[in-house]
Amino acid sequence: MAVTTMIGARIHRREDPKLVTGHGSYVDDLRQVGMLYMSVVRSAQAHARIKSIDITDAGKAPGVVAIYTARDFKTMISGGLPVTESLIADKKYVPNQFPIAETEVVYFGEPVAVVLASERYQAADAAEQVQVDYEPLPVVVDFEKAMQKGSDKAHSDGPDNIAWDVKFPGGDIEAAFKEADVVVKERILQQRVFPLSMEPRVVMANYVPFGNQLTLWTSTQVPHFVRIFLCFGLGIPESQIRVISPDVGGGFGSKLRPYPEEYLAAAASKLSGSPVKWVETRTENLQATTHGRGHIFDIEVAAKRDGTLLGLKVTNLSDNGAYVGVFGALQSALSLFLAPGCYKWKAFDGRTVGILSNKMSTDPYRGAGRPEAAHLVERAVDLVAHELKMDPADVRRKNFPTEKEFPFTNPLGMVYDSGNYAKTLDKAMQIVGYQELRRRQAELRKQGRYLGIGLSTYVEICGVGPSAATDHVSGSISLVESSIVRVHPTGSVTVAVGTHSHGQGHDTTFSQIVADTLGVPYESVQINHGDTSDTPFGYGTYGSRSLPVGGISIYKSCQKVVDKAKKIAAHMLEAAEADVVFDQGRFHVKGSPDRAKTMGEVAFRAHQTGLPDGMEEGLEAVTYFDPPNFTWPFGAHICVVEVDPETGAVDIQKYVAVDDCGNVINPMIVDGQIHGGVAQAIGQALFEEVVYAEDTGQLRTGTLLDYSIPGIGEIPDLELDRTITPSPTNDLGVKGVGEAGTIAASAAVINAVVDALSPLGIKHVDMPASPDRLWKMMQEARK
Amino acid sequence: MKHKVATTVNGRRHEHEVEPRLLLVHYLRDNLGLTGTHIGCDTSQCGACTILVDGQAVKSCTMFAVQAEGKSLTTIEGMAKDGELHPIQQAFWDEHGLQCGYCTPGFIMAASYLLSQNPNPTEDEIRKGLEGNLCRCTGYVNIIKAVQTAAKTMGGAEAKPSERAAARRS
Repeated sequence: MAVTTMIGARIHRREDPKLVTGHGSYVDDLRQVGMLYMSVVRSAQAHARIKSIDITDAGKAPGVVAIYTARDFKTMISGGLPVTESLIADKKYVPNQFPIAETEVVYFGEPVAVVLASERYQAADAAEQVQVDYEPLPVVVDFEKAMQKGSDKAHSDGPDNIAWDVKFPGGDIEAAFKEADVVVKERILQQRVFPLSMEPRVVMANYVPFGNQLTLWTSTQVPHFVRIFLCFGLGIPESQIRVISPDVGGGFGSKLRPYPEEYLAAAASKLSGSPVKWVETRTENLQATTHGRGHIFDIEVAAKRDGTLLGLKVTNLSDNGAYVGVFGALQSALSLFLAPGCYKWKAFDGRTVGILSNKMSTDPYRGAGRPEAAHLVERAVDLVAHELKMDPADVRRKNFPTEKEFPFTNPLGMVYDSGNYAKTLDKAMQIVGYQELRRRQAELRKQGRYLGIGLSTYVEICGVGPSAATDHVSGSISLVESSIVRVHPTGSVTVAVGTHSHGQGHDTTFSQIVADTLGVPYESVQINHGDTSDTPFGYGTYGSRSLPVGGISIYKSCQKVVDKAKKIAAHMLEAAEADVVFDQGRFHVKGSPDRAKTMGEVAFRAHQTGLPDGMEEGLEAVTYFDPPNFTWPFGAHICVVEVDPETGAVDIQKYVAVDDCGNVINPMIVDGQIHGGVAQAIGQALFEEVVYAEDTGQLRTGTLLDYSIPGIGEIPDLELDRTITPSPTNDLGVKGVGEAGTIAASAAVINAVVDALSPLGIKHVDMPASPDRLWKMMQEARK
Repeated sequence: MKHKVATTVNGRRHEHEVEPRLLLVHYLRDNLGLTGTHIGCDTSQCGACTILVDGQAVKSCTMFAVQAEGKSLTTIEGMAKDGELHPIQQAFWDEHGLQCGYCTPGFIMAASYLLSQNPNPTEDEIRKGLEGNLCRCTGYVNIIKAVQTAAKTMGGAEAKPSERAAARRS
């Protein structure tokens, strides 16, 4: 029996054989007998009144079975899409979003009708023949202007465009600024970007009328969460809704909420009496799947002449789009909670204003608020270093809490569990050859070449979330994660979890934990996730929570199983429980390793008669884990770029990432998460930007022809290393790693670009640092 | 009006009557049930639908099914033989060259064409050879490693002798 230490081993992913051979089952790979295809007619206007919808021609088109508009859906769906309003302390205006527009469209791409037809192409053809007569209304695109009194309104019946305006004070900010020798100010933009998972969203709904049963297959990160809201919206008991999220082709935060099309497909199946499938095209995905980021940050930094950081003031303006995203307020708040970064400030002052505009909603995108925070504070530190003519590494080191200062409390009361920030920075600087690079930079500058070195020393918050910290902001919701660990009579193990894997390799990582903790062969462990009918309730996968919350739940269930098994083993061995030792899958009597029973033998006995008095049969356990604190991964990334003085093109010459996510279960998977995260941040730093036309609100970056995500030629080789500072908040000492790369990297890249261009007097560059932007800045600076 | 299309896909003959506008990728997925070929965009940028048509890598969203008349196609389902993974599939597994797996079939098919033309590509040649495929999960680092590993295990086995010679010269 292969009982070894699996935790920490580079195990190849068990998910992969089916995926590399084309045998994955993504939602569009599935079909139902008698299934109809649904096509969504979307608004061609960013803001308009719907005067009429004429379905005469479309209704006559070949293969069309039904056409539904808001009027039909209002008989089926009540309420609106959920919004976490509880973070919006001083709530202003949060419009209700019904899944389909009835009288007024408020963003380009908003659903206005759906067509059901027998075949895929027929549904698309007919959708084009639906005639919608619009009366245009004033369009709000510039969200800063939308804040002003008397601005045009994104919703004609709204009081204004302000969704929220909340302050987060942390200490005596005026006193901190009074002490300052220098104060630097900057406006830092976080452009809108597309999360752009390679698999767009797909929904298939099958409503069985006489049993009032709904099965909904959907490409989501959060099947249980979707089920709750379908229950509310459709009035079907939660127990009679089954949500299945099979293989999912990436999410990055864009699939962690209920979407209009899930309600519409379910209701359309109910209305038509047939199974219904909707497959999002990429064009639709860019219009109508949530966007990420979309903020302006105005910052003021106070520091002493020796580089000591004193105070940080941040005003966040958040472009929500037409409807506040489900987690829209949460991510703006997170961007402030984490804005102090990994530095000791005397005081902090934050304010966030949520603003409505006639655009798609913004919602979490890999990092959700933390990339924004890391970007602004890492820029802030570089601005101070530039002002004081100090090396940015020295300013950072001067302001890190030392290892002994943990747990460390930031000015907003967030308690960082463990860390050693200087260690990751030292290691990264050593790997990149920092001093030598600075020498080379000086030489190249003499030749008129722009080499830049950018640092980013980040800290992030994972493991959402402990009720102790989230209770007051989540409306008494404790974001626990769940598991059922069941040992079968013959000794193999089925684990059912509330999290969802869509590329993270949970089947492998979780099996490693189970194999080690129960001492059973890795191959005998089966992980079930993604189907609400055979998994316990869970909030799903996002916020790098699956391991530090879900994984710990599994570990605790395994411990409960071991506890019961130990009692049974003691009974079988005719020994006192206290004398039985559990070691690598075997229970033996202390001092006699030969008198032993394996977990398999105990499992078999657990399903027979002759158990200890009063003990029930079976060997399984359930855990709903509520962590005592968040976890706080950190690290140091260094990017080296050369900017072409003629064209403004950025060449990334070297990228070093030293991350610390606590103990590591599978180093191969952890490295893969960092790679992908860094690549997405490089995308935001250099290439990506969602553009809406200022006058009409039309989406200008509407296809992959107009919007560039990094290709294989654009991401350099990434040199990774790590330090290990275990988290004291959970049994495995793990912290989570899904978003670290994205959180760290945009600041490293932009700090490098700014450093490269600093001989020209350039102090700040916004994203994306495209050749176009940099060329213009260089031209301006040379005047 | 429907047109007849006869193809050989992964060694098996198929004949269907299809609409002339039916995209090859939809023919493979919906008519033949070969759902390993994926669709990730509408504009032929992403490469998730890459297959081999008479040995050449083609984005199957850029061809009509009727244009495949008489041709021999290989999709991701045709790569593993006799229960053994193709060396490129094995290399993607070994090197953690995939995460969500959605773009992976397209990458494997594009890599298969690349290695048939250039059995020992440099890193630059791999980057150029796969520039028509997008991945949002891996940052490409391990995809490059996977193709390098596959090239090593295959030892030029897929390339015809003349092509191997041509590749050595270039």
